[in-house]
Amino acid sequence: MNVHEFQAKQLFGQFGVPVPRGKEITSPEAGAAWAAELNTPVFVVKAQIHAGGRGKAGGVKITKDKAAVPGLVKELIGKTLITHQTGPKGREVRRLLVEEGAAIAKELYVSILVDRDSGWPVFIASTEGGMEIEVVAANTPEKIIREAIDPAVGFQSYNGRNIAFALGLPAMEAAIVPPFIQMLGNLYRLFMDKNAAMVEINPLVITGDKKLIALDGKVSFDDNALFRHADVQQMRDLHEEDPLEIEAGENNLNYIKLDGNIGCMVNGAGLAMATMDVIKLAGSEPANFLDVGGGATKETVAAGFRILLKDPNVKGIFINIFGGIVRCERIAQGVIDAAKEVKINVPLVVRLQGTNADEGRKLLAESGLKLEVANDLWEAAQKIVKLTGKAA
Amino acid sequence: MSILVNKNTRVVVQGITGKEGSFHATQCKAYGTQVVAGVTPGKAGQEVEGIPVFNTVRDAVKKSQCDTSLIFVPPPFCADAILEAADAGVKLIICITEGIPVNDMVKVKRALYGRDVRLVGPNCPGVITVDEAKIGIMPGFIHKKGVVGVVSRSGTLTYEAVHQLTTMGLGETTCVGIGGDPVNGTGFVDVLALFEKDPETQAIVMIGEIGGDAEEKAAEFIKKQVKKPVVSFIAGITAPPGRRMGHAGAIISGGKGTATEKMKSLEAAGVRVVKNPAEIGDAVKVALGR
Repeated sequence: MNVHEFQAKQLFGQFGVPVPRGKEITSPEAGAAWAAELNTPVFVVKAQIHAGGRGKAGGVKITKDKAAVPGLVKELIGKTLITHQTGPKGREVRRLLVEEGAAIAKELYVSILVDRDSGWPVFIASTEGGMEIEVVAANTPEKIIREAIDPAVGFQSYNGRNIAFALGLPAMEAAIVPPFIQMLGNLYRLFMDKNAAMVEINPLVITGDKKLIALDGKVSFDDNALFRHADVQQMRDLHEEDPLEIEAGENNLNYIKLDGNIGCMVNGAGLAMATMDVIKLAGSEPANFLDVGGGATKETVAAGFRILLKDPNVKGIFINIFGGIVRCERIAQGVIDAAKEVKINVPLVVRLQGTNADEGRKLLAESGLKLEVANDLWEAAQKIVKLTGKAA
Repeated sequence: MSILVNKNTRVVVQGITGKEGSFHATQCKAYGTQVVAGVTPGKAGQEVEGIPVFNTVRDAVKKSQCDTSLIFVPPPFCADAILEAADAGVKLIICITEGIPVNDMVKVKRALYGRDVRLVGPNCPGVITVDEAKIGIMPGFIHKKGVVGVVSRSGTLTYEAVHQLTTMGLGETTCVGIGGDPVNGTGFVDVLALFEKDPETQAIVMIGEIGGDAEEKAAEFIKKQVKKPVVSFIAGITAPPGRRMGHAGAIISGGKGTATEKMKSLEAAGVRVVKNPAEIGDAVKVALGR
């Protein structure tokens, strides 16, 4: 789960990571009131959407004039930002962060995530703050510093010294080193205590008066651990998610919307991905990823149909089930019952394999439903692509 | 011969009185697996299909001499269950549970480091040595004793591959699901090393997916140390970046972990990479010269 910058900064504040004074603003009036309270030489008004590249897209405004703040709020609220991460449709701005500006002397980069290979949390740091870290890693890999933290003992001062010396901080600004190390320890605590998947500060700035400030922040959370954190759950912003994906989640379905024409419904995540791949190989594009889980029932299949059919791009549906513990004839019955409830107006190919597949296919063939039955994966993919026409 | 588990493996099922636990303990036993004990705290003295239930894994080990644990404990309590099994002296822990917090697994992995215990999973279908022991949730009947070792990050996609191998008459030795989580126990390299040494295994099928670099590490290992033919399929060539495709570990992040990258590394290591998952069986047949 992702959260907004202002929410990330609230968490930073709670864990002793210094942030600019700021507040979430959703109206010009609130903007005016907050600007008066903030009373700072430079005001920054930042669009809050779950996507990077806001600055380049015109989503960040800076002014020295307190009176200009409400106007900037009015300008940004309701605006659609198109960045390299939003896709061509862009994202509507509904919330803003209004905060004090900082006099930047130096920009750094710091993040923490779990290294999958070792299973240890690792800090990534760089002197190239304010840049996209992937770009830095690709062009100047020597400027990327990695420091793994032993989860048995957690963050130690030497971890902090390793990072500080590698960044050249003592030579740059010696007084900043102790608070920097303390801040890294606080970030580690935030990361572990809140079950974050990633915490990123970019840029972490050293100000003209030699203070550290997290000027931008990004935190994402491990969905599997949200049950432990009611406060984090409350930060979820449904406006930032696809409505069909929200509906799927409510039905315990794992759905991700894509741009193709062939809707697919599969049991198991790996097989669901493989099904998408095979649709592409057969000459078309998948409209979605949908894993209905191991126990596909009439209810889950019906919910799956409803979601797939709400996507106007879907020109055909491919159901691919490998019956393991779940028997195919029960899934076939689920498809038949669901198809009677939900009006299916596009071609449908059902591929059943595994436990009692023959019985399942027989049920489908005799159901009177307009669908094609297949037993081989490749045969099924070719059928659905033929029925819907190849992608342009 | 086979790897990891065989007809002598003695299994304790943690979470045996739950819906999943009791169903699959029964299924494993019906396959011929020696399921000798179950554990659910507070339910000692009960039986599940003739399998005695204990309060703790320590008691189960003492009374039943089990050496392998199969875990169905719900995610919030699962890290605790894995550590309990390790502390009780179980040598192989197979964890089926999906949805364990990553940071819990970080701590578990660190705690198991350097100890004489192997973890398979979590978020996996388990391990089966055909006609000897099924320790997991895979449908036993799709397997047939044969010559191919299978290792995979996915469940139903593995069944797909196994089905092809069985239908073509090649059959399998042992099938290992290493799971779809970002931080797990046994990896591709561990299993590849075991298959390479196993005299019955003549070819290996390795099924990967987007996310992380386990396939790239496997490719390095294969290049240096695996002489047996390896066939691989990597799921997710159509997966968009930055999205988690069902499995917690299946995500392309920062442009890293794409299917294309993984296929390239594996091909460079001499692995036969199939782009079409329906062709896994055919590719093994060709690799074995049959």
